Amino acid sequence: MATKTGFKTYERQNFKLRPKTQRLNDDNEVYKPLSESLMVDQAKRCMGCGTTFCSWGCPLGNLISYWNDFSHQEKWEEAYEALSRTSNFPEFTSRVCPAPCEAACVLGVNREPVSIREIEYTIIEHAFENGWVKPRRPKTRTGKRIAVVGSGPAGMAVADELNAVGHEIVVFERNLEPGGLLRYGIPNFKLEKSVIDRRIDLMKDAGVRFVTNTAVGKDVKATDLLEEFDAIVLTGGSTVPRDLTVMGRELDGIHYAVDYLENHTKRIHDLPTETLIDARGKNVLVIGGGDTGSDCIGTANRQGANKVYQVEILPKAPDQRDDSQPWPIYPRLNKVTSSHKEGCEQFWEVSTKRLVGENGAVKKAVIEKINWVNSDGRMIPEPVEGSEVELEVDLVLLAMGFLSPEHDGVVNDLGLALDARGNVHSNERHETNIKGVFTAGDMARGQSLVVRAIKEGRTAAKYVDEYLMGESYIRTFK
Amino acid sequence: MVLSGLPSAQGLYDPSYEKDNCGVGFIANINGEKSHEVVKKGIEILVNMTHRGAAGSDPTTGDGAGIMVQMPHEFFEIACKNLGVELPSAGEYGVGMFFLPKTPAMRYQCEGIAERVIAEEGAELLGWRIVPVDNRAIGETARYTEPIMKQVFIGMGTIKTIEAFESKLYLIRKRIENEVATYVQKGNEPFYICSLSNKTIVYKGLLLPEQISNYYIDLQDLNFRSAMSMVHSRFSTNTFPTWELAHPYRYLAHNGEINTIRGNRNWMNAREGVLKSEVYGKDVTKLFPILMPNMSDSGSLDNVFELLRKHGRSNTHALTMLIPEAWENDESMDPKKRSYYEYNASMLEPWDGPAAVFFCDGDQVGATLDRNGLRPAKYVITKDGHMVMASELGVIRFNPEDIVRKGRLEPGKMIMVDTLKKVVLEDEAIKSEIFNSFPYDESIKERRITMDSLPEFKENYQVRSETLTEKQYAFGYTLEDIHEIVKVMAETGKEPIGAMGNDAPLAVFSDQPQTLFAYFRQLFAQVTNPPIDPIREKIVMSLKNYIGSQASMLSTSPDVEPFIEIGTPVLTNDEMGRLRALRNEHFKATKIPITFKADLGVEGFKAALSSICERASRRVAEGYNVLVLSDKKVDGYEASIPSLLAVSAVHHHLIEEKTRTKVSIIVEAGDARETTHIALLVAYGASAVNPYLAIETARELCRKKLIQDITEEEATANYVKALSIGLQKILSKMGICTVQSYHGAQIFEALGLGQELIDQYFPGTPSRIGGLDVASIARETLDKHHHAFNRLRKSMNDLEIGGQLIWRNGAERHLFNPETISLLQQATKQNDFNKFKAYTKLINYQEKGLSTIRGMFDLVTLPEPIDINEVEPVSEILKRFCTGAMSFGSISKEVHETIAIAMNRIGAKSNSGEGGEDPARYVPDDEGNFRRSAIKQVASARFGVNTNYLMNAGELQIKVAQGAKPGEGGHLPGAKVDTHIARVRHSTPGIDLISPPPHHDIYSIEDLAQLIYDLKSTNPKARVSVKLVAEVGVGTVAAGVAKAHADMILISGHDGGTGASPISSIKTAGVPWEIGLSEAHQVLLLNNLRSRVRLQTDGQLKTGRDIVIASLLGAEEFGFATTALVVMGCTMLRHCNKNNCDLGIATQDPDLRKNFAGRPEYLINFMTFMAMEARQIMAELGFRTIEEMVGRVDKIKINPKIDHWKAVQLKLDKVLFKPDVPSRMKPYCTQIQDHGIDQSFDHKLIEAATMALKTKKQIQASFEINNVHRTVGSMLSGQIVERFGEAGLPEDTLKFTFYGSAGQSFGAFGAPGLTLHLEGDANDYVGKSLSGAKVIVRPSKKASFKSHENYIAGNTILYGATAGEVFISGRVGERFAVRNSGAKAVVEGVGNHGCEYMTGGTVVILGPTGNNFAAGMSGGEAFIYDPENKLEENCNFEIVKMFDIDSMANARIKAMVQKHFDETDSEVADSLLKDWDNASKAFKYIVSPIYKAIMDKKDAVENEKVS
Repeated sequence: MATKTGFKTYERQNFKLRPKTQRLNDDNEVYKPLSESLMVDQAKRCMGCGTTFCSWGCPLGNLISYWNDFSHQEKWEEAYEALSRTSNFPEFTSRVCPAPCEAACVLGVNREPVSIREIEYTIIEHAFENGWVKPRRPKTRTGKRIAVVGSGPAGMAVADELNAVGHEIVVFERNLEPGGLLRYGIPNFKLEKSVIDRRIDLMKDAGVRFVTNTAVGKDVKATDLLEEFDAIVLTGGSTVPRDLTVMGRELDGIHYAVDYLENHTKRIHDLPTETLIDARGKNVLVIGGGDTGSDCIGTANRQGANKVYQVEILPKAPDQRDDSQPWPIYPRLNKVTSSHKEGCEQFWEVSTKRLVGENGAVKKAVIEKINWVNSDGRMIPEPVEGSEVELEVDLVLLAMGFLSPEHDGVVNDLGLALDARGNVHSNERHETNIKGVFTAGDMARGQSLVVRAIKEGRTAAKYVDEYLMGESYIRTFK
Repeated sequence: MVLSGLPSAQGLYDPSYEKDNCGVGFIANINGEKSHEVVKKGIEILVNMTHRGAAGSDPTTGDGAGIMVQMPHEFFEIACKNLGVELPSAGEYGVGMFFLPKTPAMRYQCEGIAERVIAEEGAELLGWRIVPVDNRAIGETARYTEPIMKQVFIGMGTIKTIEAFESKLYLIRKRIENEVATYVQKGNEPFYICSLSNKTIVYKGLLLPEQISNYYIDLQDLNFRSAMSMVHSRFSTNTFPTWELAHPYRYLAHNGEINTIRGNRNWMNAREGVLKSEVYGKDVTKLFPILMPNMSDSGSLDNVFELLRKHGRSNTHALTMLIPEAWENDESMDPKKRSYYEYNASMLEPWDGPAAVFFCDGDQVGATLDRNGLRPAKYVITKDGHMVMASELGVIRFNPEDIVRKGRLEPGKMIMVDTLKKVVLEDEAIKSEIFNSFPYDESIKERRITMDSLPEFKENYQVRSETLTEKQYAFGYTLEDIHEIVKVMAETGKEPIGAMGNDAPLAVFSDQPQTLFAYFRQLFAQVTNPPIDPIREKIVMSLKNYIGSQASMLSTSPDVEPFIEIGTPVLTNDEMGRLRALRNEHFKATKIPITFKADLGVEGFKAALSSICERASRRVAEGYNVLVLSDKKVDGYEASIPSLLAVSAVHHHLIEEKTRTKVSIIVEAGDARETTHIALLVAYGASAVNPYLAIETARELCRKKLIQDITEEEATANYVKALSIGLQKILSKMGICTVQSYHGAQIFEALGLGQELIDQYFPGTPSRIGGLDVASIARETLDKHHHAFNRLRKSMNDLEIGGQLIWRNGAERHLFNPETISLLQQATKQNDFNKFKAYTKLINYQEKGLSTIRGMFDLVTLPEPIDINEVEPVSEILKRFCTGAMSFGSISKEVHETIAIAMNRIGAKSNSGEGGEDPARYVPDDEGNFRRSAIKQVASARFGVNTNYLMNAGELQIKVAQGAKPGEGGHLPGAKVDTHIARVRHSTPGIDLISPPPHHDIYSIEDLAQLIYDLKSTNPKARVSVKLVAEVGVGTVAAGVAKAHADMILISGHDGGTGASPISSIKTAGVPWEIGLSEAHQVLLLNNLRSRVRLQTDGQLKTGRDIVIASLLGAEEFGFATTALVVMGCTMLRHCNKNNCDLGIATQDPDLRKNFAGRPEYLINFMTFMAMEARQIMAELGFRTIEEMVGRVDKIKINPKIDHWKAVQLKLDKVLFKPDVPSRMKPYCTQIQDHGIDQSFDHKLIEAATMALKTKKQIQASFEINNVHRTVGSMLSGQIVERFGEAGLPEDTLKFTFYGSAGQSFGAFGAPGLTLHLEGDANDYVGKSLSGAKVIVRPSKKASFKSHENYIAGNTILYGATAGEVFISGRVGERFAVRNSGAKAVVEGVGNHGCEYMTGGTVVILGPTGNNFAAGMSGGEAFIYDPENKLEENCNFEIVKMFDIDSMANARIKAMVQKHFDETDSEVADSLLKDWDNASKAFKYIVSPIYKAIMDKKDAVENEKVS
C-alpha cells in the first residue's frame, strides 16, 4: 500500500445535516452526503495500519484499510469488492451503524478517526449507481431447502449467504413487508425504506422467496416447517419490550416506542394500520435515552409535537473519551443526534415516579432525580428527596429496550431451550437443542446492533451449510 | 570416517556446523636452496601469529597447527639408515605421514592394508618409521586423543617414471583411505594420512604454534632442511580435539570458509559419473569418493585441487578453476582471460567464500585470494632471496635495509615462488601463460549462446480473470501476496519493505494456507565470514548461470560443450518459451509435468513424485539436457506438486544417479512469487525459474489499472528485476557472490519439516524440530486445490486475506493484535497488574492458536508452589533486563530518552542502538533524569562511535546481526538526517548514511577477537557483548565468540523488530530464539565454555512466562524492544520506515513527535510486571533465583492438550536436550574472561604519560614494537578522554615514536593530544575509530626501498574515524578510510574499495587507487594525484563526481601535502612540492555533489560571517 500522509493534510469532514426546516417536513434521510472527491480525501486520511484496529472494532471484520486504499485511488469497483467480501448489506450499516470501527481507528488516539462509515456509504452507493451490485445467483442448486423465520438483518444475511451457495431459501415474515427492525424500528429519516426494497429485490432476483404477513407458530405450524425443510434458522429478533411498572401505566396515550415508530413508518408509506399514534400538537415524553428514544423524538417532531421531553435513568455520559474508556474501546458518550437538534428537553439521572391521568388518558408525568450509589458492589439508584418535577404530557413513549424474543409461537411450539435471559439457547455453531434448527441474531444473543445481526447471520449460515453439506466455503470472521 | 575428538551429534549440536578461521603463512628461498633455517623461520611465523589462533577451555591445547616442507631427504636418509632402510635418491621414494589407532590390533590392520595396497599397485614398501614425539609439552586434551605417528617409505617398485610414481602415490593413498574406512571397525580411533608424496611432507596436530617444534623432534634436527615451509594455525569455533583437521592438507592451507560447500560437494559427487581420466583410465573409480567424507570445507577443497593437480593441471590452473577472479562484470579484463574463466565456468561452479589459499607442491609455493580478498595476505621479499608471506606483516623481523619490497595480495590475485625457475611470479605473469595457451576467446565465441540469439517464441499464456483467481488460490496466493508483494515489485522494481518484526505463527502452526517455501529459512553469514554489500560492491556479484550439459572437468580438450548463458535465473514467459522450444544437436529440452490427479489424493501425490524422478532419469538417458519441470497443467483435475519439492527431488535423484551434470533443470512454477521462493528453487537445483503465474498476476493488475502508468511489459520487467535484486541480496547475505555457486548450495534450514521428508527429498538440509511428512505436504496442496476449484458451490470467488504482514480480522493470527496491544497499554498506563495478567493470558496460552515454539510448552510445576517471598525480589530480576537496540534516528529523541530514563531508574539497561548518542546525555539532566544508555552499540557503520562514546558505557555491544535482517546493511536517506541526528552520528545533515552489511573489521573469528580486544582495551571497565541471530550453527559461532573473549553473547530470535527491512528478510531469515538459544547453551556447555560467558536472548519476549522459558533454555538476561515500544504507545502501524508514525515514536517529524505520550513510569510498570509474573512462575516451579533456573530444560514438557494437526508432528527433544556434563561445569556464568589486557603494551605508554595525564605536560618517548603488540594507544586514549573529555589534550602533548612492525589496530580510538609516530610498518585497522589523535607511519630511515611503491600499512585504515590525522608514507591496503567521517589523511596509494561509505573528512592520495574507489561515499572529500588518468576507470561514480580543483582546494591540498612531508620526509611529497604548480594540475577531486553543495553553502555562510 502506498505511503499515506493524508491524515496530516486533511481534517475529518462529515456528511452535513439538511436544514432543519427542510428535513422536518419530508421524512427523508437527514444527511446530505459529501461529494465523491471530498470522500476521496477522507479516504486518504487512512494510515493503512499494520494492525488494523478498525477491522477488529468491526463485528463483521470489514477490511476497511483495503477499501480505503482503493477509494483513495478512486478504484470504486475494487473498493466495493473488498467491502462486499465481508458485508452483505453495507447500505444499511453505512446509514445506521454506530461505527465501532471508528472508535477503534488508530488515528483516534491523537486526532479525529477516519470517517469510515461515510466512506462505506460512498462506496456502496457508487456501486449501486454503477450496477455492480448484482443478485447473488448460485451456480448450482443443492436441492436443500431452508426456512428462515424473521426477515430482519440477521435473517436477511442468513438467506443471502445460504442462497448464494445453492440452497433454496424461504424467508417467513409476519409483518407486511420484510426487513424487521430495519424497516419498522428505524425511522425513514435515518434509513429510507427504498434502500431495503432495493436489497430485497436483489435477493428475490437471486432466488430467495419472501413469505410475508405470515407468522410462524400462528399462521404456519413450526413443526410443519421441520417436516418441509432441511433446516430452519430462527432470526425473529428480541421483540418483547421492557415495560415500565409505575402507577398510571394503564392510562391511554402510553405506547411502546417500536409500536409508535412502526405506526409512523407504515402511515408515510400508505400501509394499513390498526391504530393511530400521533404526536401532532402533543407534549411527548420519551422514556429512555438511547437511539430508539432519539428516533421517537425525531418522529414526534416530524408529526408536529408541541413539546418533547426525554428522560434517562443513567447519568449523562461524558462528551469525550476519558481514561475510564480508553481507546480502542467503544466509548459510552453523550450523543447529540439530529433528532436532539430538532428540539427536545433532556433529563439525565431521573426516574419516572408515576404517571397521572385525566379521563383515562395520561396528562402528567412525575419524575424524580436519583443518585447512583454503590451497594455491595452493585450500583443502585437512590431517589433524591424533594426533587420531584411534574411534566405536562399527553403522549408517553417507552423506549427502554427489549427483554427477549417472544416465547409464544415458534419457541414454545418447537420446545426450544432458553438461556438465563430468555433468549433461545444455542451453541457456538448456532444450533438449538432441536436438530436442524438454528438461531441467530437478537433472538439468540439479545438486543444488539444491526452490524452484529448481520455477522450472526453470516456465521449461522456457515454452520447450516456445513450441517447440510459436510463442508462450507462461506467465510466468517472473528 | 568418524572424526576422533568431536562429540557425536546430540541435541542441537552437530559437528558439521563447525567452522574455523586461521593464521597462515609461508617462507621460501627463491633460489630453492634448502636450509634448516627456513624450517625454523616457518615455525617462527606460526608462533608470531598465535593471537590469530585460539585455545579453548584447556589453555594448553590449541586448535591445531601444522607445517608443510619439502621432503627433507638428507634427514630421512640418515634416519632410515639407522632403521636399516636404504633410501633411493630424492624424488624416487614417497613418504606417508600416518595418524594411526592406538589400539595395536587395529593399527596392525591399518598398516596391513597400507602394505597390501602398496604392493597391489606395483610400488615397493621400504619400511616404517615411528615418528619420535615429545608429548610432555602438549595439552591434556590433546594428549588424550593423540594418535600413533608413523611414516611409511615407499619405493618405485615396478613403476617406471617419476611421473607415474607420483600418480600412483595418490591412488595408493585414496585406496588405503577407502579400504580402512570399509574394513576397519575402529570406532573413534584415529586414522588419517597427513601426506603421502615424494616431494612434500606435512607435520601437524592438535597443537599450539609454539608446541609444534618441541612435539615433533624431527623438526629440530639440523639436517631437516627445506627451501620452503608453509604453516597454518587454526582458530576453531569449538574446543574439541581433532588432530586431522589441522592444516596444511596435501597441497593447501586455507584461511577462510567455503560458503557454498554443500553445493560444491553435491556437484562434485554428481560429477564422478562423468569424470573421464586420461591418467587413471578405468582406475579412476578407485579414487572415488573424490571428496573424503567428514572433512572440513578446506579439506574438500584440497581433495578437488589434488584431483586436478594429478591430472596435469598446474597449481595456477587448478586454483583459478576453483576460485576464479571476479571476471563477470570486469570490462577492463583481458578478453582472453575472461574467456578462460568463462570456459572453466561452463564446467565447474566456483568454490565461493572468503579465502586466502596458500599452496605448496615442493616446487612452487604461493597464495591466492578470492574475488573479495577479505582475508589478509602480506609479503616481504628480502635481498638475500627469501620471500615471507603471512596474514600479518612483521611475523619475521628483518633489518629495514635488507628489504627489497613489501606488498600485499590483492583480491583475486596470485603470487608464488617458483624454486625451479628461481623467481617470484606475480599474478599476470602466472596466469597469462595459461589463458594464452589456447584461444579460449574463440572457443567461447563459438560455444556461448545467449538468450537473444535463440529463436523468439510467442507464448500465449494468458488466463481469464476468473480462472486466474482459481489458479492463484490453488497456488496459495492471498490478497496480501497480490497487493503487498507482487504489486509492489511490479510497480517499483524493488522488494517491499516492512517494519516491526514478525509476530505471526510459524508456518507449522498456522491455519492459513501455506506454501512449502514457508517451511524454510535463509541462512546468513555471521562472524566466521562476512556478508557482502551487493549494491556498493556489485563488481564482484553475478547472477549469471549456464544451461546445457557440463563437460568433464578433467578433460584437457579445449572443446567444451556449448552452453546457453542466462543473466538471471528469473525467466520471463518469452525466455521460458525459447528454452522450452530447444531442439538441436546440442540442446534438447523436454517438459515434465509436476502435477497429479487430485482425485488420487495423497497416494497420487507420492506416486507422481517418484514417477517424475523416473521420468527425469529416462529423459536424461534419452539425451535430453534441459528438463523443464512445469506445473502449468493445473486445473480442476490436476493438482500441483510444490515446485520446490519436485525440483529438489529430481536434483537429488540425478545426483544419486551421478547424471546430474548432464542436464539443467528449469522450472515453470506457479507457486513461486517471492524472492525467497526463487532463492530456494535455485538453491535446491533449478538453473532458472519462470514464475509465470506471478507475472500473469502483475499483468492483470495493470489491466485492471491497479498498477497505473506502466505497461504490462514494464511491470513484468520490474517484477523480474525486483526478484533478481532480491536474490542477489539473499546470496550476499551469506557472503556468496555468484548464483552459479549458490546453485544447488542449499543455503537454508527447514523449520517444521520431518526428518524423513528431508532425508528423502532435501538431504543435507538441517531440520531441527522435525515436522511435516510427505502426506501432510500433499494434504496442504490438496486443501488449496480443492478450495480453488470448487466451482459450483463457492459463494465468493476470491482469495484468502493472508495476514502474514498485517493483522486483519479473519486472517493470520498475530501475537500483537488489537486486543493484546490495548490491554498491555492500559495495564502499564494504569499500573494494573490484573490487566497485565489478562494480557499475558492471551499470549501465554496458545493451545487453541499456536504461534511460537514456547506456545507448545507446559511447565512442570510443584504440587504446591514455594512461598513467593523466598524467590529473589523483583529488583534483582530487573537487573537482568535491557531494552533492545533502537537507534536514535529510527525512533524519536523523546522515546529514546524516555526508555533510557526508565531503565536507569530501575537498574536495568537501555541500548543506544547504532546511531551514536548525544554527549549531553552522559550526565543527569536538571530534573535528575539520567538519559544515558548503559549499552552502547558498535555496529557496522560505527556511527557516533568514538572514544568518548565507549568510555560512557557499561556495556559495549558488537552487533554482528539483527533478527529482522541478518546479513544486511542499512540506508538512512539524507532527507531524514537532520542537524541533531547528524551531530550524534558525526556526519553532515542532508547526506545519506549507509551501513555496510559486514563490519569491515570482522571477516572471521580472529577478527572479532581483535575488535573485542580493541574495545576492552579502550574501556576496560565495560563488558563487551556480541549480538548474534539464531540460525543453524549459531551455537558453534557462539563457542567461537566465547573463545574470542566476549563477556556476554546475545542470541536474537528471527522475529525481532526493525525500523525497515525487506519483507523477505523479516519473514524468512533466521529461526526462533528458542532453538538458537538452546543450541548456544548446549554447545557452550559441551565445550566447557558456558561458565565463561553470560547468555542473553531477545525477540518478541512478551510475558513473564517467556522470561522463565528463556531462562530454562539457557538465558540469564533478557531484552525487550518491540514490547517496550508498544508500552510506549506503539500500535504496530508498521510504518517505521515512512517517518509517518502518528504515535510520535518512529518518526522525526516534529509535528508527529508531539504526539508521543509515553512516560518512564509505564515502562517501569511493564518491567516490574514482567518480573512479577516471572516470580510467580518461579515459585510454582520451586526456583528461588534465576541462576538456579538457567538451563533446566527438565522443567519443560510438551503440552499434551495440543492437537493441532501440524504441530503434533514436531519433535522438540533437541531443543529440550540437556548435554551430559559433570556438575562442576556450571550452566551459567561464573568466571570472568581473561582478556589479556593486563599485558597490553599500553601500560608502558600510560606509565610514560603519567605526568601528562595529571598536568597536561608535554612528553616524548620511543619504543620498539612488533606485530604481537596490538591496539597500541587505545587504553591510553581511553584514559585521556576519561580525564579530559572528548576534547582530550592539546595537539602533540604526547609524542611517542615506535620502531618495528606494529600489530593490528595501531592507534585505534586514538584521542586528541596523542601522536603516534611509527617507523617501520603496520598491520590492519590503523587508526580505527580515530578520535582526534595523530598517527604517522613511515618506513625506517634505513630502508632502501621506495616508500611510495611499497606497501607499509594494512587494510581497513581509519574505519569509522571521527577526528584526527593520519600520514602514511607508503601504500596501504583495501578499504582505506572506509566509513571515515572526520579524519584527515595523506597516503601514497590505496587498494580496492578506497573511501567506501565515507561520510566526512578529507583524504589525499598521492598514488594509485584500486578498483571501486569511492563506492557509497556520500560525504567527505578525496584528492587523488593521478598523472596517468587511471582514476576514472577505477572509480565508482554512483554517488560521487569528479570536480575541478579551485584555488581554495588547491591551497588545502598543498597544506596537507606539506604537512605529510614534514611528518614523514616523504619522497613523493617532496617532489610534488618542488614542482607544485605542475603537480597540482594532476590532482583529481572526488566528492558527492550533494555533499559539495552543502559544504559550499556552509563556506559561503562562514565567509559572510567573517566579512
